[in-house]
Amino acid sequence: MTETKKGVSRRDFLKTTGIAAGTLVGGGLIGGLVGYNAKKGNSNVATAPADNEHDADINRGLMFFTKRHDFEVLSQATERIFPEDELGPGAIGLGVPYFIDNQLAGNYGSNAREYMQGPFYEGGPTQGYQTRLTRAELFMNGIQTMDQEANKRFGKSFADIEGEQMDEILTDLQKDSIKMKGVSSAFFFKLLRSATLEGAYADPIYNGNVNMEGWKMKGFPGHQMSYINQIEDEKFHKIDPKSISIMQH
Amino acid sequence: MAKTLDKVDVVTVGVGWTGGIIAAECAKAGMKVRGLERGQNRGTEDYSLVHDEYRYAIRYELMQDLSKETITFRNNVKQRALPMRQMGSFLLGEGLGGAGTHWNGMTYRFFPYDFQIKTETEKKYGKNKLSSDYLIQDWGITYDELEPYYDRFEKTMGLSGEDTNPFWGKRSSDFPTPPMKKMPLLKKFEKATKDLGYHPYMVPSANLSEPYENPDGSQLNACQYCGFCERFGCEYGAKASPEVTVIPAAQKTGNYDIIFNANVVEILTKGNKTTGVRYIDTQTGEEVIQPADVVVLTSYMMNNAKLLMVSNIGDQYDPETGKGTLGRNYCYQIEPGATGFFDEQMNTFMGAGALGMTIDDFNADNFDHSDLDFIHGASISFVQSGSRPIGTNPVPSDVPLWGAEFKKASIENFTRTLDVFGQGASMPHKHNYLSLDPTYKDKYGVPLLQMTYNFTEQDRNLHKFITKKTVEVMEKMGAKKTEGGGPLAEYDIVPYQSTHNTGGTSMGNDPNTSVVNTYLQHWDVENLFVVGAGNFNHNSGYNPTATVGALAYRTAEGIQKYRQKGGSLV
Repeated sequence: MTETKKGVSRRDFLKTTGIAAGTLVGGGLIGGLVGYNAKKGNSNVATAPADNEHDADINRGLMFFTKRHDFEVLSQATERIFPEDELGPGAIGLGVPYFIDNQLAGNYGSNAREYMQGPFYEGGPTQGYQTRLTRAELFMNGIQTMDQEANKRFGKSFADIEGEQMDEILTDLQKDSIKMKGVSSAFFFKLLRSATLEGAYADPIYNGNVNMEGWKMKGFPGHQMSYINQIEDEKFHKIDPKSISIMQH
Repeated sequence: MAKTLDKVDVVTVGVGWTGGIIAAECAKAGMKVRGLERGQNRGTEDYSLVHDEYRYAIRYELMQDLSKETITFRNNVKQRALPMRQMGSFLLGEGLGGAGTHWNGMTYRFFPYDFQIKTETEKKYGKNKLSSDYLIQDWGITYDELEPYYDRFEKTMGLSGEDTNPFWGKRSSDFPTPPMKKMPLLKKFEKATKDLGYHPYMVPSANLSEPYENPDGSQLNACQYCGFCERFGCEYGAKASPEVTVIPAAQKTGNYDIIFNANVVEILTKGNKTTGVRYIDTQTGEEVIQPADVVVLTSYMMNNAKLLMVSNIGDQYDPETGKGTLGRNYCYQIEPGATGFFDEQMNTFMGAGALGMTIDDFNADNFDHSDLDFIHGASISFVQSGSRPIGTNPVPSDVPLWGAEFKKASIENFTRTLDVFGQGASMPHKHNYLSLDPTYKDKYGVPLLQMTYNFTEQDRNLHKFITKKTVEVMEKMGAKKTEGGGPLAEYDIVPYQSTHNTGGTSMGNDPNTSVVNTYLQHWDVENLFVVGAGNFNHNSGYNPTATVGALAYRTAEGIQKYRQKGGSLV
């Protein structure tokens, strides 16, 4: 289901082949890699298109990021925030990085329904979002910051460092002890965390919460027409979740 | 050059609960009424895809587009006010029905004490119970005078409830429909509070317990407990909202129409009268003048205040001198509460916005304040409105907010956590007020409203007191672990707290301390009425909508009287 469950994860593959992740442009190599995994009988891969035309999810792709490397940094950061465990998939397995990419390409990324007129001032802690950066700019800024921090501290890209090392950087972002341009790192971290949870639990129509696995873990039934016949029951109801998309087909 | 439309008898600025009530009553009385709504038309048929937490609850699908207009905010006059760039602390409405579309439906009448708070407090505790920095005042109207209008509004909604609360004022008739289903978690709260000697009752709910036809002939359906009320519209037409009640009632008369995409920017005046309003057609950018015999401001309380300010109607309140009334008495609410973690899984994802039980043993002056350092109090409730997974990630305070431990705990606790919460009354303070921002403008070049607000000592003391009570109730409910909320810090406009903003255009008997009289008729402009929670002199420990609706019904009566005889109604 997730990268770590594959025979060889993309990260492991990149490490062992010695190809710098940043040189990966486009889907060619990734496609080949996933095809390799699929042939091993692990076809349930949520994060990348397969090489086989029939298996490929051609409705999914990057709308915002232009460099696979930036997407990879984002993916690893979200996975540390919401990791795979015995309960089920983590952020990558749930398609969270695609969810975020797709959102950044739209109203969310351009703050289309928010007040973005100047003048801009830093503002006090109770005054909220005051940066002139849009979320799209903020994410790019944050991703580059995480990567620079990883290079500075560990001599490698954020996507290639160990989990604990990623946590160290994320913790410092959260604690606001890393400098970012135009915004505080704590603010970026908060945004990253919120976006990760949104991608894990939004209706699957937004390209996260793959196969409703987020809802299944949490016991949330998604779109149900009515609970009028269960509301008075003492016992807990485990209900197969439904997506709002069933109302549209 | 602005285009001028034909004159109407009554124009309302905004079409939500108050605009709808005024329209229905005036149109039924034979007046030609026009509603100007800056947002879009919408109704039950638009809500079939509403079970989508991300779109509606997180990205605020039904709410105000802040890129066009917002407010600015600061905690005190020394700070620079900055725009509220994103929605947070409260949720402003936009479009037909306004915030009445995406409300939860908890519908309480205020207490008799609320309307005479100054007199009652002084009688019982002396003149110095609160410092003179708090601007509490009587409302100029009593509960008994407002009772028939509460009754009227409840019948329009088909409100579901039970008259078992010993602390309420007298009701002239029972609730139109029986209370909602008292499901197991409510019974848990009921037993705990009864064991503690309190008086639990079912929350009066505008999510209806059974199908209902209201006196206007509008049909409402029965709630399905689907768990999507607050921030959502109801796909069943089972939540009383303007689009399924008062708006169709007004339309049925043939005397009412609505212009959408009409953003009013000025109230036009000549002498001591208004001649109509000027609006921008948001689709063409064109300026339009709508002449009217009577103008009624029926948008959210913030926009009502702003329109008076930009139109230079009334005297702006100045915290330095204490002079002026417009913008004074801005109040909010506090939300003390306790979270309980349980072992067993519960159906927390089912529910309805107003499916709950409440106690008022620590609300209003229902308990002795002689030895307490605050007045008034809070309702304490358990409401099962339906937990949703993006918004609900409860973890004990010793668990980190991300990573493996967070994931496990937030998933575990999603169906194992309950909340008991208070809605704490808010007293007006001389430093809390609304004015016009000198720097920031809306999309049409009109200044933004500026809010100067912080919690007060009264708020902090009340918060501490009520938090303890909620912890006590939650422990009695059997939680294996209970955590009370932390002490009240500075007011922060980011996290959602409550859309119960009040004041700014307060009502009363004295033009020196109020903007409008008790018919909500402006003291300086006799054919201008200002309706909404802005009329409150303080905020009670309850949701405001019942009182807003009752005041609107009374205003509609006032407008009819005004049409007959003119002049001041008091």
